[in-house]
Amino acid sequence: MRFGGHVAVDRVSCAFRAGVTAIVGPNGAGKTTYFNLISGQLAASAGRVRLFGEDITRLSAPQRTKRGIGRAFQLTNLFPRLSVLENVRLAVQARADMGKSLLSTWRSHVELLEKAAFFLERVALADKRDTPAAALPHGDQRKLEVAILLALEPEVFMFDEPTAGMSVDEVPTVLQLIEDIRRKGDKTILLVEHKMDVVRSLADRIIVLHQGELVADGAPAEVIASPVVQEAYLGISRG
Amino acid sequence: MNWLLSGDLPRSRILAFLLIGILACLVLAPFVFPGTRSLNVAAKVAVFILLVASYDLLLGYTGIVSFAHTMFFGIGGYGIGIAAARLGPTWSSLALGIFLSLLASLALAFAIGLLSLRVRAIFFAMITLAVASFFQILASQLSELTGGEDGLNIRLPALLQRSRLATYYAVVLVSFVLFLLLLRIVNSPFGRVLLSIRENEFRAEALGYRTVVYRTLANCLGALMATAAGALYALWLRYTGPDATLSFSIMIDLLLMVVIGGMGTMYGAAVGATLFVVAQNYLQDLMKLASDSASGVPLLPNLLHPDRWLLWLGVLFIVCVYYFPSGIVGRLRR
Repeated sequence: MRFGGHVAVDRVSCAFRAGVTAIVGPNGAGKTTYFNLISGQLAASAGRVRLFGEDITRLSAPQRTKRGIGRAFQLTNLFPRLSVLENVRLAVQARADMGKSLLSTWRSHVELLEKAAFFLERVALADKRDTPAAALPHGDQRKLEVAILLALEPEVFMFDEPTAGMSVDEVPTVLQLIEDIRRKGDKTILLVEHKMDVVRSLADRIIVLHQGELVADGAPAEVIASPVVQEAYLGISRG
Repeated sequence: MNWLLSGDLPRSRILAFLLIGILACLVLAPFVFPGTRSLNVAAKVAVFILLVASYDLLLGYTGIVSFAHTMFFGIGGYGIGIAAARLGPTWSSLALGIFLSLLASLALAFAIGLLSLRVRAIFFAMITLAVASFFQILASQLSELTGGEDGLNIRLPALLQRSRLATYYAVVLVSFVLFLLLLRIVNSPFGRVLLSIRENEFRAEALGYRTVVYRTLANCLGALMATAAGALYALWLRYTGPDATLSFSIMIDLLLMVVIGGMGTMYGAAVGATLFVVAQNYLQDLMKLASDSASGVPLLPNLLHPDRWLLWLGVLFIVCVYYFPSGIVGRLRR
């Protein structure tokens, strides 16, 4: 991915399977750009993105979402004046492909409302369902972001720093949710995360980006111990 | 009632009374307020409720700023006018005129939407402004077809030509039904997607909604409703011309009505249009009364002179925006 003369992500070629892959690297390493390339928020200047063998490089973000890529954003990205429930209901509605229904009322689709309420329960936000999203504290907004992603029921879950800005008490709820998805064993989870303890506890595989390039890829223990990662990411010099 | 209002109840007792009052006045106007002028005002209120509601679908619900809305209003008027002038005052010519004008509006709205809704809001607004100006010039230049600046007088089929009352109730009934249809649309799953686009287009895309498709659809629906309103207005006036339908002052009035009533609420369109049209027509009379009664006081009669009605309308608008930034309905529902 090239921005003018700057190459933000350069030939990072990876295949992701079911399980949690953590993408780590220092600030500016290109992690979020890499995420944007996969989810379609940015169009790649070269290279290919494939999903279950299908080339989706030229597909837009909504088309990729419909094919099963779901994403939670690093900077909370909600519908601020809509209620918490409505934020999630819109995701459920998108998943059910009911957005173009013109003549029924949204309230009559009780199944969508119930499903949205279920996902709110899972992130412990059920009691705030009628609050406008903008009025939630930051930690709750992060949880709502995760609930929206869950409601999309994707094949590929993309979490961009899901616990950033959360209080210590709130972190386990989100980690447990990711762990629950992982335990089912059939979903691919991509996780950008700075907190190494979170990465250690969840990841089946770690890839490390540094200055837009892939510098390490493997099992957590092996990658964390690798000298190149110690230097590039953890700031420990080799000699 | 809940079904009729698509589950979107007024949620405020005062608003409920206001809406019932507006509907009752429209239904009973020919009997309670006899006279040509009051009936004209009532018919204009009915048509503008529909027109403002259709504009609110774009501005209030989807966040699209379009200046081409009066163009679609005009297409409806000219559709009826040209069909009646060319094919004679028959029901089939009226139906053909309405059908062709709806088709023309749909094609134009689709083209404008698809070509320009991908660009930033300000550019879209400028494109619609340019297209609307072009259409206005076209309407005055093609005088053989459109009657130019003079417009077209319309002869209606015998029943409507004979009975103003029948035309009035047809206008009110169709406006009411189409208003309810708009209320249904904004309360449908589609309407909620429009709201989500207004709130955060980027996020709506990330959920899988192709926002350009939804925005284009909203643009087409708004245009169709505005065209229907234009046709109704022409039916009522038995006339269509650039000043009656295409003028930019109507566009400004539309904006004011949406803002005064409350953006993003269909009921706001009803309240805003009624208040504005009534003020537009009766503020001068009210001011004449006030000016006469203040005749002994220095300066005041001059300030309240009926010729200054636009100044006071402007003041009313500023007061409204200042005290009710979310519009009258937004305030009442709080």
